[in-house]
Amino acid sequence: MNLIALGPLDLAIAASLVILLALLSEKMQLGVSGQLLVAGVRTVVQLLLIGLILKVIFSYVHLGWISLISIVMLLLAGREVMARQKYRLKGWWGFGLGTMSMFISSFSITLIALSVIINVDPWYTPQYSIPLLGMMLGNTMNGISLGQDRLNQSAWQQRSIIEGKLMLGWTWNQAIADIRHDSIRTGLMPIINAMAAAGIVSLPGMMTGQILAGSEPMEAVKYQILIMFLITAGTGFGTLTAVWFGSRRLFDTRERLRLERLTIRK
Amino acid sequence: MNNIIARKLQVLNLSEWNFEIQSGECVFLSGPSGCGKTVLLRAIADLDPHQGHVELNQISINNIPAHKWRSKVALVPAETYWWHETVAEHFQQVDENSFAEFGFGMEVMGWQVSRLSTGEKQRLGLLRACQQQPQVLLLDEPTANLDKHYTLVVEKYIDRQIKTRDLSVIWVTHDEKQIERVATRGWQIEENVIREIKP
Repeated sequence: MNLIALGPLDLAIAASLVILLALLSEKMQLGVSGQLLVAGVRTVVQLLLIGLILKVIFSYVHLGWISLISIVMLLLAGREVMARQKYRLKGWWGFGLGTMSMFISSFSITLIALSVIINVDPWYTPQYSIPLLGMMLGNTMNGISLGQDRLNQSAWQQRSIIEGKLMLGWTWNQAIADIRHDSIRTGLMPIINAMAAAGIVSLPGMMTGQILAGSEPMEAVKYQILIMFLITAGTGFGTLTAVWFGSRRLFDTRERLRLERLTIRK
Repeated sequence: MNNIIARKLQVLNLSEWNFEIQSGECVFLSGPSGCGKTVLLRAIADLDPHQGHVELNQISINNIPAHKWRSKVALVPAETYWWHETVAEHFQQVDENSFAEFGFGMEVMGWQVSRLSTGEKQRLGLLRACQQQPQVLLLDEPTANLDKHYTLVVEKYIDRQIKTRDLSVIWVTHDEKQIERVATRGWQIEENVIREIKP
């Protein structure tokens, strides 16, 4: 199969459909036409930009450059995790814990995938490392922000119950255990659902993209399975890390619940 | 031996509190609403950061893990919280006699906690806190939601714990008559000053 290259005209036709939708929603006074157009423009600009960056990186294969863009991706994902939480830890913890958990899980699993499973040479070959890391971060980010938000919110709302348990001589670990379990489950639910529905309800985006771009379907499927498992492991370990350390941070060394370490976004 | 000592215990803008409570002694702490009685009890149970030093039987609070401290020095709040579906799940061991004394048959075990009245919660809360056999009980208005009959039942129950197993008690209440019944000495908070009251 040959890859059919898309021309500007092809994209313009697709864009005109979005513009048509915006015009229609303007007529119906839905109040989303502005957002629709801005988001559409952002898609074009952001993707073109990342396309250019990738093009440059692919042509200068150097570990330094790849590390740099990896760190930038990590920090942006960390910011996103923080921004999504209504109740979050104050100070550096709010940014640091989510970012650190993503770093530990996404980077180590991407590294394993590159060096052991896919086994490319050199292991940091950007055609593999950058998209892999991007997918890892994008999904781990979801799990961690869901898990942390649930943890902090539940602790805030159930403070009397947590302290009631502490008063009975429970350890901090016992007092927060069921909230922690709930939070980890919440963080893992989307990826478990995605695995369960893969291929039946939804054709995963990456696989669809590969097939459209001319890959053999079975090859695309194998890559998709690999990616699914890696993402699940990354999300799982990342969420476990973030929720565990996050729950510890809610207590001090004397096992007192310290909710003043949280801040609520208005 | 269950004697508890506090030196320079300080919370909010209250004066420093020094006390020594002997094994098997019950003292009162009273004062107007919102004066900080609950915060003081929370400090003794080490639930909030605080200034000062507390020790139990000459062992400093800092040498005992916080959760062990709280199972020895148990705070029973005025409003108790329940997290399981039924009453039974909150109890590891059940002393049928104490339940009967508090007016509960064993059918209470199957009751939904969401349907308990405030008075029932208060009585069950005390039983729940007592099942771990604490050495010191910090009671925050333990009879506030009880009628005359159960108020006396609770007082008698605590008194028996004091006499039979040397329990020490700090009893927060503003009921003057109750103070006379349960304690011979204690502390009164007035305008941020904690003043000792002796007979």
